[in-house]
Amino acid sequence: MGSNMAENHPVAFQWVVQAKLRGATVIHVDPRFTRTSALARRHVPIRAGSDIVFLGALVNHVLSGEHYFKDYIIPYTNASALVSEDFRDTEDLGGLFSGWDERSGRYDPASWQLTGERDETLQHPRCVLQVLKRHFARYTPDLVEQACGVPRESFAAVADAVTRNSGRDRTTAFVYSVGWTQHTAGVQNIRTAAILQALLGNMGRPGGGIMALRGHASIQGSTDVPTLFDLLPGYLPMPRAGQDDFDAYVSAGQQPAGFWGPFRSYAVSLLRAWFGDAATADNEWCFGYLPRLTGDHGTYQTVGAQIDGACKGYFLVGENPAVGSANAKMQRLGLAHLDWLVVRDLQLIESATFWRDAPEIETGELRTTEIPTEVFFLPAAAHTEKDGTFTNTQRMLQWHHQAVEPPGDARSDLWFYYHLGRRIREKLAGSADPRDRPVLDLAWDYPVEGRLAEPSAEAVLREINGTGPDGRALSSYTELRDDGSTRCGVWIYCGCYAGEVNQTARRKPWREQSWVAPEWGWAWPSNRRILYNRASADPQGRPWSQRKAYVWWDEERGEWTGHDNPDVERTKPPSYRPGRGAAGPAALAGTDAFIMQRDGKAALFVPSGLADGPLPAHYEPNESPFHNELYDQQADPARRRYERRENPYNPPESEVFPYVFTTYRLTEHHTAGGMSRTLPYLAELQPEFFCEVSPELARERGLEHMGWATIVTARTAIEARVMVTERITPLTVAGRTVHQVGLPYHWGSRGITTGDPANDLLAMVLDPNVFIQESKVATCDIRPGRRPRGPALLDLVAAYRRRAGIGQEASTDG
Amino acid sequence: MATSRTWIARWPVYRQLTGGDDLGRGAAARSPRTDRLVSRTRTADKVVQSVCPYCAVGCGQLVFVKDGRVTQIEGDPDSPVSRGRLCPKGAASKQLVTSPSRQTQVLYRRPYSAGWERLDLDRAMDMIADRVIETRRATWQEADADGHPLRRTLGIASLGGATLDNEENYLMKKLYTALGAIQIENQARI
Repeated sequence: MGSNMAENHPVAFQWVVQAKLRGATVIHVDPRFTRTSALARRHVPIRAGSDIVFLGALVNHVLSGEHYFKDYIIPYTNASALVSEDFRDTEDLGGLFSGWDERSGRYDPASWQLTGERDETLQHPRCVLQVLKRHFARYTPDLVEQACGVPRESFAAVADAVTRNSGRDRTTAFVYSVGWTQHTAGVQNIRTAAILQALLGNMGRPGGGIMALRGHASIQGSTDVPTLFDLLPGYLPMPRAGQDDFDAYVSAGQQPAGFWGPFRSYAVSLLRAWFGDAATADNEWCFGYLPRLTGDHGTYQTVGAQIDGACKGYFLVGENPAVGSANAKMQRLGLAHLDWLVVRDLQLIESATFWRDAPEIETGELRTTEIPTEVFFLPAAAHTEKDGTFTNTQRMLQWHHQAVEPPGDARSDLWFYYHLGRRIREKLAGSADPRDRPVLDLAWDYPVEGRLAEPSAEAVLREINGTGPDGRALSSYTELRDDGSTRCGVWIYCGCYAGEVNQTARRKPWREQSWVAPEWGWAWPSNRRILYNRASADPQGRPWSQRKAYVWWDEERGEWTGHDNPDVERTKPPSYRPGRGAAGPAALAGTDAFIMQRDGKAALFVPSGLADGPLPAHYEPNESPFHNELYDQQADPARRRYERRENPYNPPESEVFPYVFTTYRLTEHHTAGGMSRTLPYLAELQPEFFCEVSPELARERGLEHMGWATIVTARTAIEARVMVTERITPLTVAGRTVHQVGLPYHWGSRGITTGDPANDLLAMVLDPNVFIQESKVATCDIRPGRRPRGPALLDLVAAYRRRAGIGQEASTDG
Repeated sequence: MATSRTWIARWPVYRQLTGGDDLGRGAAARSPRTDRLVSRTRTADKVVQSVCPYCAVGCGQLVFVKDGRVTQIEGDPDSPVSRGRLCPKGAASKQLVTSPSRQTQVLYRRPYSAGWERLDLDRAMDMIADRVIETRRATWQEADADGHPLRRTLGIASLGGATLDNEENYLMKKLYTALGAIQIENQARI
């Protein structure tokens, strides 16, 4: 669901096909019929943005039919935990959970807490399983038909397949991509799948799980080693204002039990890696050097700050927001308001040349000679021109070796940031200003090599891995200490350089090792290929079935063993029970499989940490042609909106914007096109931007196959070639026909193949948990013919806004 | 006659009809030129193991190099992830790294200017370092209204990282954080 794996991750899809050949049932739930659907046993067309209804009905099916894996959920999930008496569900409050504060637009999770009691009979009305039963009771096959447009028979077949293929002998896996994440309910979409998979006993087991297929070579790595505002390496949070001292920071992140127990060791080791000998116990390991957050500092917040003039300088490093971000026009306006911009890329992408060829130049909204932005374009080295690791979508680090030198001025980003830091440090040397101390105290002495003075990527990887008191590379995060004797740049990557060997460069051919292939690359943590794999064995440590054996307790040798590195302390017996006063990992029992959770249990109900409720609830997308069938609450109340002139929203249930559109990728192109539109092979294979529409919609709006269409939202209008295809089925939702329009989003004004950016159509509206944009569903109008040129384009969009009643209340200046 | 027979013998249809290759998919269709051709993968000076730079599946690549240039990129048959296969993007990645439209010189656009200028890399690095220092000074926030330390700048932002190496992301986060820049983002948010 939410993934077109055959087209977007084709080489990985070979394994799905292999599974199918060996008898697996493959089901594809997706608005469009794609090559994934073609190879599946069943394709279930669904209305974009209704996934929680579909998944919630599967949860209801499992609960009401008692298809859950009882022997699994009692020890391994919080099904038996009791929820606070103060908790009120969406059932009681018209679609809101208790704790909603209308004024701040946020939830207070105080009433969502677990009491600490458990009822292993699962009968107590406040036990999580019973709370779940009541919550999901209205997610019925009827509702699926009404809200998703999925016929009852189709849903019943899926429900049957999923439950039949779960249990001791069988497992079901879910695969998703940004079709689940890029929604205002992004996190809750995945949460619903997590509930379902935990209930069915499909987590931590071979052939089970929830597999995220990610779209960039190291997008997992750039999350683990985060170039993200809210994180420090290894998912340590960035400190927030008010966490004035290190103890305040540690106590907010530390858990009494589980592997967040040693939080202090992870954080001290990071600060020692960053600030070296300057970080001492007396100065709280330089914790005071870290900048503090005061809320949302995400990329969509930043673009507003650029337009407002607060954010003046910008680095774009292998990313093309002028095409690739939601409301891409607003991104270009942001670029046009900067003092300075540094773009590092292989090609002159739209984000580097906006000042001469942005669409806003043609409409007259921007004039080149009035754009103040100073632009530096620095050519980047390609993957073949540098050493380093990518972390793939299965958390596996793979080293790629440099093959050739980069051409001309092209340099690696390692080179750029190392030498930029070196220069800044040289310029600030001798500064008495305390604000410069963090920069000057930075451990920044990487060895450089060769004619270009390239910093050693291997030295950086070794720092990421960490070193012990003897200066030798550490082999596991369990060796990290909070006394400053260890240094480790990314605690979850500790072990990737174990034994002073670059483990990520291992390439033992698959034929020469087991099916788990543990000697190819290195997966975090500790080279584990399946997380929480303790759950692949029963509480006594025996495989649930021989067919699904993965790791197990070897009583004779007194240790865990199996096909993978067990995700539990190797010598902790299943019979272990923590004594009084035990802390951290030792405070978890030998049956606690979910070792990052403080109770060791998979969270069916999430007592804290989510911004929009402890359980998933279906809300309509921010822009939807439909009224919410479930609750009075139309859209996620906590979703993040940006009420700005540049970011108008189509009103819900608007007759002016009656169609749903969704954006997606093609096999032959890559995200914003910077790495694909310039390649002749790929440009030839997918030469033109197009929209997919059904024959019914084509008739309704007079669209001709291979002709042109103009697609309009409150943001702008774009044009695309029309592809009339039965791959998109009109659905019957709430008794009405809904048409969906499909738009690949790779195009921009540069490269061998050019076209309008689909992301110009989207608004900035975000999931409240992780601030990802809703780009998989919005509303639009579609009409035959090309869009107007120049200022006439603005007139067309303004007329639409007037008809939809947008702007009268929000702004008067256009 | 001898000459014309040689000429006829070079004609694939003749060879197909007279030889053993009835379907014309073997020896009959070969020419001397075909026989002289040698694949670039066989003449490479070295073969380097790499990883596909597009999506996150992490397919293994073999990069073939001759005379200091990439001459071919193919799937790595040893990889347990991909077993030698590449998708259209991965299979086209030689064009990515050898593209004639790759920009290999530093370019500079002055404020309000209508064109690019050339700039020396060293000079560009120096100017960028100056911009960072200056913007950081001008936009520094030491503490919030209640006196809690902030020690940051909202004047500098960064976007990108998902296409880069882990080591690069690491240095970025380390440097930016020491500078007090917090609006550091990448495609994972998008």
